[in-house]
Amino acid sequence: MNLFSLIGDFSLFFFRSLFISWKIKTTKWRILEQVYYIGIGSLPLIIVIAIFTGLVSIVQTSYQLIGTVPRYILGTTLGRMVMIELGPILTALMVSGRCASSMAAEIGTMRVTEQIDALEIMAIDPYRFLNLPRIIGIFIALPILTVISEFVALICGAVYAHYFLDVPFSVFNYGLTHYFYAKDFFGGLVKSLFFALVIAASGCYFGFKVKGGAKEVGKAATYAVVTASILILVLDFLVALVIFG
Amino acid sequence: MIEVKNVSKKFDSLIVLDNVSFNVGDARLIVILGPSGAGKTVLLKAILGLMPVDSGEVLFDGKSIQAIDESEIYEIRKNIGFVFQGTALFDSMNVLDNIALPIVEHTSASTSEVKDKVVQILEIIGMSGKEKLYPRSLSGGMKRLVAVGRALALDPKYLFYDEPTTGLDPIMRDRVVNLIIDLKKKYAKSGIVVTHDLDTAKAVGDEIYMLKKGKISKVRQIGKEVYNG
Repeated sequence: MNLFSLIGDFSLFFFRSLFISWKIKTTKWRILEQVYYIGIGSLPLIIVIAIFTGLVSIVQTSYQLIGTVPRYILGTTLGRMVMIELGPILTALMVSGRCASSMAAEIGTMRVTEQIDALEIMAIDPYRFLNLPRIIGIFIALPILTVISEFVALICGAVYAHYFLDVPFSVFNYGLTHYFYAKDFFGGLVKSLFFALVIAASGCYFGFKVKGGAKEVGKAATYAVVTASILILVLDFLVALVIFG
Repeated sequence: MIEVKNVSKKFDSLIVLDNVSFNVGDARLIVILGPSGAGKTVLLKAILGLMPVDSGEVLFDGKSIQAIDESEIYEIRKNIGFVFQGTALFDSMNVLDNIALPIVEHTSASTSEVKDKVVQILEIIGMSGKEKLYPRSLSGGMKRLVAVGRALALDPKYLFYDEPTTGLDPIMRDRVVNLIIDLKKKYAKSGIVVTHDLDTAKAVGDEIYMLKKGKISKVRQIGKEVYNG
């Protein structure tokens, strides 16, 4: 399959997964299950990543700016950097590594063990049964994870600045809030919604396309993560261009 | 009634089904016998519309599944139960949820009604009290029985069995065979049994067909041998 047919097939698959009968009554438990798996399940990982994102960012920012600008600018810079870019993209890449691969592996295994055929024979649309809960689940969970990650990164940055860079909390907070633009925060969240869609679409698509056995399931998991990661970076640029360009 | 009319299917140059025709009458079990790799599973999947055919058609009660859209195919499939060779049970669900799934999806039954129905099905298949078990803790034979139970969930008119006794010990094999016979006699379930096991074929089939090199031929009809080869 060449690149253009892959893009076409991927897009068709995605729309086929969304434009189906949304029988929420029988799907709601599976949506909640996905919100729990993606949201609560990814939380420890996201918190660890956020702690070090905050620490590394404040160290790098202070290295480049201290002595040349007022100290409150540390809060401003870290805040905007985390909300516009680092929070959404690092959270999405981590969730992609964890969830796109597991979606592809789970659905791929269901494909090779004929569980998807079983759904078809039971007159249950596998796109609704398998894809819809994952798409909606990650659409709910990823923005929440992004906000938590931003909050943790900012707290860690502020604590480091207070104890190691002699920037009091009040000064850091002044820099953070004085130059806060709602557009920065909501722009980051809009990005995370797009990222959520490509993570779910990649995981489900490569899982559905599995033919063969365990080796192909492994390949599907790899393709899902690689594709989701590339699409996240491409979308990051495109959405940034539209919102901040 | 299911009518299979001149169905042909090939993969590249390999002809798997060559003008295959037969009918499944009401309360009749048709056995498709043939060696492994003869195309028996392909035939079942083609009949169910899971695999497109190159030519020919399959009619369920007069409706050709080649001429209807997906939603109509789904309506037809609600009247069909399918027992997969590998059982295809959902490994993330326990026995109760596996059997309950089609009922929950397609009926407005309350939780207690669904549970009652599952308990009733478990009684029929001889698996009472096993509701909470997951497929990973069931033996191969028990999984096969649960797969039959799930196929019965919507009380379908037709039951399809793909190699129902393959890989089972003689005791479990007899249990599955007796269940298939009971379902036909007590509940008037018509259907198709695909197998390469001659004993199973003789035990359950009203009519037996042999599928070999893509061609199908009738071997037996209710005790009467019609094939001398």
